Amino acid sequence: MKLKTTLLASVIACAPMAVLAADLTIGFSQIGSESGWRAAETTVTKQEAEKRGITLKFADAQQKQENQIKALRSFIAQGVDAILIAPVVATGWDEVLEEAADAEIPVVLLDRTVDADKSLYLTAVTSDLVHEGKVAGEWLVSEMNGANCRIVELQGTTGSSPAIDRKAGFEQGIAGHDNLQIVRSQTGDFTRAQGKVVMESFLKAEGGENICALYAHNDDMAVGAIQAIKEAGLKPGEDIKIVAIDAVPDAHKAIADGEMNATIELTPNMAGPALEALEAYLADGTEPAKWIQTESKLFTAKDDNLAIFNAKKDLGY
Amino acid sequence: MSSPPVGPRPSILKRIMPQLLILGVALALNVAVFPEFFQIDFRNGRLFGNLIDVLNRGAPVALLCIGMTLVIATKGIDLSVGAVMAIAGAVAAAMVVEGHGWGTAVLAALAAGGLCGLWNGFLVAVLRIQPIVATLVLMVAGRGVAQLVTEGKILTFDNPGLIHLGAGTVAGVPTPILIWLALAALVTFGVRKTALGMLIEAIGINERSSRLAGINSRVLLICVYLVSGLCAALAGVIVAADIKGADANNAGLWLELDAILAVVIGGNSLLGGRFSIIASLIGALIIQSVNSVILLSGLPPEFNLVIKALLILGILVIQSPRIGNFIYLLRASGPQPQPEPPHSTQEEAAR
Repeated sequence: MKLKTTLLASVIACAPMAVLAADLTIGFSQIGSESGWRAAETTVTKQEAEKRGITLKFADAQQKQENQIKALRSFIAQGVDAILIAPVVATGWDEVLEEAADAEIPVVLLDRTVDADKSLYLTAVTSDLVHEGKVAGEWLVSEMNGANCRIVELQGTTGSSPAIDRKAGFEQGIAGHDNLQIVRSQTGDFTRAQGKVVMESFLKAEGGENICALYAHNDDMAVGAIQAIKEAGLKPGEDIKIVAIDAVPDAHKAIADGEMNATIELTPNMAGPALEALEAYLADGTEPAKWIQTESKLFTAKDDNLAIFNAKKDLGY
Repeated sequence: MSSPPVGPRPSILKRIMPQLLILGVALALNVAVFPEFFQIDFRNGRLFGNLIDVLNRGAPVALLCIGMTLVIATKGIDLSVGAVMAIAGAVAAAMVVEGHGWGTAVLAALAAGGLCGLWNGFLVAVLRIQPIVATLVLMVAGRGVAQLVTEGKILTFDNPGLIHLGAGTVAGVPTPILIWLALAALVTFGVRKTALGMLIEAIGINERSSRLAGINSRVLLICVYLVSGLCAALAGVIVAADIKGADANNAGLWLELDAILAVVIGGNSLLGGRFSIIASLIGALIIQSVNSVILLSGLPPEFNLVIKALLILGILVIQSPRIGNFIYLLRASGPQPQPEPPHSTQEEAAR
């Protein structure tokens, strides 16, 4: 009897290994395709799964939580080995996450976190928005090397968490350096058009020659601002240093053209670290940390931006 | 009618006087926050100054409110113009990316906008759906159509001809300013030098009686929505050309509300009837001046919408009928005691 139980237990213990040996099937519930970055994340996730020989079941929620919950229930019903989810909102996940836990399907959060008990998901893979801003600030500090600099800032959509955190991070980055000073800060709504309009007003209100650097909370606003700077008869990248966040293909192109100085990557590859953690967990039960922070990589003119542009432009940005 | 109807020409200055005054106040506010507001230089081959920015950045709303004024004059409303802008921008960008010339691209964008306008007109004039519902369809669906055209990304282009429409200059003046001024002149001329304007007003005041009087209201209604769609398409092309890319998610977002607001600030009734395109255009400039105050003030962005709301509220309160009556009474009560003709005649009669 005892032998039989042990045998059974060992079979159960070995089950995950057997699953791994066979093909893994993972469900991925994506928010939708509200931005170029999101589209790139979807593409990269599919690529990462293919690279590892994982079957990816993809569900597009079209910005609706009920679609995501439906997708998760269907993944659970299909008995997938794990679930990746980029949650559209932070609240309201407890019930469906408990259902997944009951079915012993590990869930990994991508890019955003949820307000639920930490035991309900395996890990969350996100970037640190404050850290991104800080990297941008520190880059400007080293670039200026003690010289005086009047900075203008293009904020993201007022009240959004990237705008708040990237602003706070940048201020941390330049804290203690009195030569750097933010003289104007206004929202550009994360769009090119508004970035251009607001930069035009900065150039007039401060005088183009009195602005030494621009910090934009995303690349799109910086690309718009570059056009405004050019139309004012100044050289973006030289007369006004430009640093932004996201590292979208057009930013790499602008850096390659010498019109922008630096961008900090918000990597669309959230799935890589997530799948690594999942494989390790399914193989031998290695519990990953509850938060896996993605790298906020700094790109400047030193990198081969043209090559990166060509590699990135087909990801769907 | 014994007294001839007051034509637009003699009363035009009186009609737009309140709007001009408000515009003056809005510009004065700009000077208050930024003293060099009126300074205009010639830099890098183009006029460079805040006033130029107001005229240039006001172009999309100015274009939209030309069509919107006509639509509202027929007692209608066109909520779809923002989405139509996105569609037109996307179509123009897609055309030049595929290697067509900028002329073809603009024509294709105008065709797309015209088609959207015809669709709205069909729903309103033929199917008799209420305008706010009929145009809501395209407002919601249009942005999706634009995203299909751009495949969900910002479609960038490098065609100098197309870019010129949004970011270029003619003799130093930014092209969008010339475009909206030209279109405004054309449409104003078209509706005021012919009977069209009066027919449109007739539909807005009482569609049934205008139809009984022999006006082909169905065709006119469709035409009005068509013009609105064409104006929106032109605005969409300018916005896309300005940033050298079609941003289907954000191009023209919420601009339908600014256009309606411009028409309302222009003193046009949402219940249809008499309209003034010039007053609407001044309304558009007022809105842009308010935006300019916010940008130049240097206040944190958290205040943007509050400031805009307060200023717009102030403008609308000043224009409200109650306040108008009050001002009229104030003015009337001023000079009255001096002549007192009825009183004296009564006294004479009593004697």
